[in-house]
Amino acid sequence: MKWAVNASGENNAGAETPAGANRRFSFARGGVLQQLLAFASLILLVIVFSFSSDNFFVFDNIMGILLSTAVIGVLALGSTFVIVTGGIDLAVGTVMTFSSVMTGVIITFWGAPIPLGIIGGIATGAFCGFLSGVAVAKMKIPPFIVTLAMMMITKGLSLIISGTKPIYFTDGRASGFKDISMASVTHSLFGIEIPNAVLIFFGLAIVAGLLLTKTIVGRYTFALGSNEEATRLSGVKVDFWKIVVYTITGVFSGIAGILMASRLNTAHPALGAGYELEAIAAVVIGGTSLSGGQGTILGTVIGALITSVLTNGLRILSVPQEWQTVIIGLVLVGAVYADILRRRKA
Amino acid sequence: MKTKKFGLIGVSLLAAAMVLGACGKKNDNAAAGGGDKMYIPVISKGFQHQFWQAVKQGAEKAAKETGVEITFEGPETESQVDKQIEMLQAALDKKPAAIAFAALDSKAAIPLLEKAKASNIPVVGFDSGVDSDIPVTTAATDNLAAAGLAADKMAELIGGKGEVAVIVHDQTSRTGIDRRDGFVKRIEEKYPDIKIVDIQYGGGDQLKSTDLAKAIMQAHPNLKGFFGANEGSAIGVLNAVGELKKDGQIVVIGYDSGKQQMDAIRSGKMAGAITQDPIGIGYWSVKAAVQAVKGEKVEPSIDTGFHWYDKTNIDSDEIKPLLYE
Repeated sequence: MKWAVNASGENNAGAETPAGANRRFSFARGGVLQQLLAFASLILLVIVFSFSSDNFFVFDNIMGILLSTAVIGVLALGSTFVIVTGGIDLAVGTVMTFSSVMTGVIITFWGAPIPLGIIGGIATGAFCGFLSGVAVAKMKIPPFIVTLAMMMITKGLSLIISGTKPIYFTDGRASGFKDISMASVTHSLFGIEIPNAVLIFFGLAIVAGLLLTKTIVGRYTFALGSNEEATRLSGVKVDFWKIVVYTITGVFSGIAGILMASRLNTAHPALGAGYELEAIAAVVIGGTSLSGGQGTILGTVIGALITSVLTNGLRILSVPQEWQTVIIGLVLVGAVYADILRRRKA
Repeated sequence: MKTKKFGLIGVSLLAAAMVLGACGKKNDNAAAGGGDKMYIPVISKGFQHQFWQAVKQGAEKAAKETGVEITFEGPETESQVDKQIEMLQAALDKKPAAIAFAALDSKAAIPLLEKAKASNIPVVGFDSGVDSDIPVTTAATDNLAAAGLAADKMAELIGGKGEVAVIVHDQTSRTGIDRRDGFVKRIEEKYPDIKIVDIQYGGGDQLKSTDLAKAIMQAHPNLKGFFGANEGSAIGVLNAVGELKKDGQIVVIGYDSGKQQMDAIRSGKMAGAITQDPIGIGYWSVKAAVQAVKGEKVEPSIDTGFHWYDKTNIDSDEIKPLLYE
């Protein structure tokens, strides 16, 4: 048992993320070191960029980085659950888009109030996740294939339902939709302008962290990932919990869709492809193992922040875009290699 | 257990049927090679942007007029060069009368186009040309000149000096290259006091372009002007200016139309934009293909024109028909 307390979350983010604070399974050990390493790299990056440019460590830019983390970050939170079970969800990006399109349809085509649109969007995500879960658990199709299919299906459905046109939230009834992401509750309360999307992201991180470490869902998520057969033999309804996990991932995709649509004030039916890989990258950089059984939400949050700090910093330094991608690729490999080295020692 | 399984299969079949049904309705005219009608596949650079929907509209108009059958398809994003090549390959395999093609990559398609030439299938380029003399003609906007006009307007609006930045959709397509170079060259040649501080590529993705534009604005606090070289890029720039609350402090110039840009121009958030004639581009892509098949004379290039529009002329008779929501 390791009891690593990471108070690190609030330094950079102003939010406490409880994940990683408690590990129930001895086989999940070691993630702590990877997290410390990841966190140290994050701090190092921030320091290097701050010294390289006067325009990096300023309030607006830090908020910009956090805001650009929000959508991918929420997708990554959801992805953490499936990845910890040893599965994968390639559909998170397009399910996100599909959810945003459904929200658009509900609010602007049907003229329903905004809260209904939000519920509808999240329900869409949950339903897609549920279907993936059923296909994985009951039909025994490998998660890679199931979610690849789900990715294609939702990609197509978004275009069909929207008539390949973006759906704008500009009409009378939909006005105020943009505030979900872009208004600031903290501004009206404390005068500090942190966009809601950022607050929602950190709020969800706390929820995800609690879910993964303090509840039965989390316990079975880890159990599935570390030894599915043993879990089954000990009488756990493995299929049921798998479906639950994929549904959770779907819920997070749905929420990401609403955050994205709200920020752009538009549901763009063709966005989202490729976002799943960025989400998976964030999860992996954060120390979650693709083979399952190991991972933390705090790690994912740090992983997502590392990618967006890196992207933003390189942009601020006007590093050509081609090189930005190369550098991020190298960081991804480096992060995973560090993890492997550490585990070999352990 | 069994019934459950059958239920699942039923649901998935139903879903599949629904999807197919929905597709079928849209693509009634897609049955390739049916009947005696001339079949011309139109392969565009995308279909999700409103721009391509307008091009499609023009292509359909010409198809109706000339009595030919067309299909209109394109990859989801403007970086999927490989996917577009596959579409071109599939189109060739159907032995069409002619092909209309807007290249995502000005060189990648050349081997396939040579194959088309060998089988006597005339190729008409539209929107984005190919670095080759195989296409009988190219119906396109003169993007170099159009971006040059954007540069002139930018210079005028920021008073001939200061820092400007550019977001382009990509660095491999003809339109991306030409709009970037057209803008950059005009600034370098005519306006020595204007400095282009950064050029970045957002893939036409509105969300990514927004974050990109914000980072550029952070890096260059004295930025006076920002040019977005296609609809997605321009919307990204607009979002960035809005999010950083710099409305009115930065001159934003866009490209093409769409509801968001038009609203921004009407409200003054965007100074103006270049519009092409997307319906004209689509129309001429099919029309010229038909002419080529019939052996009629076709000009080696068809300039479909471009215009500057801003608050003052957005609703004028000359501009309005060129804009799409």
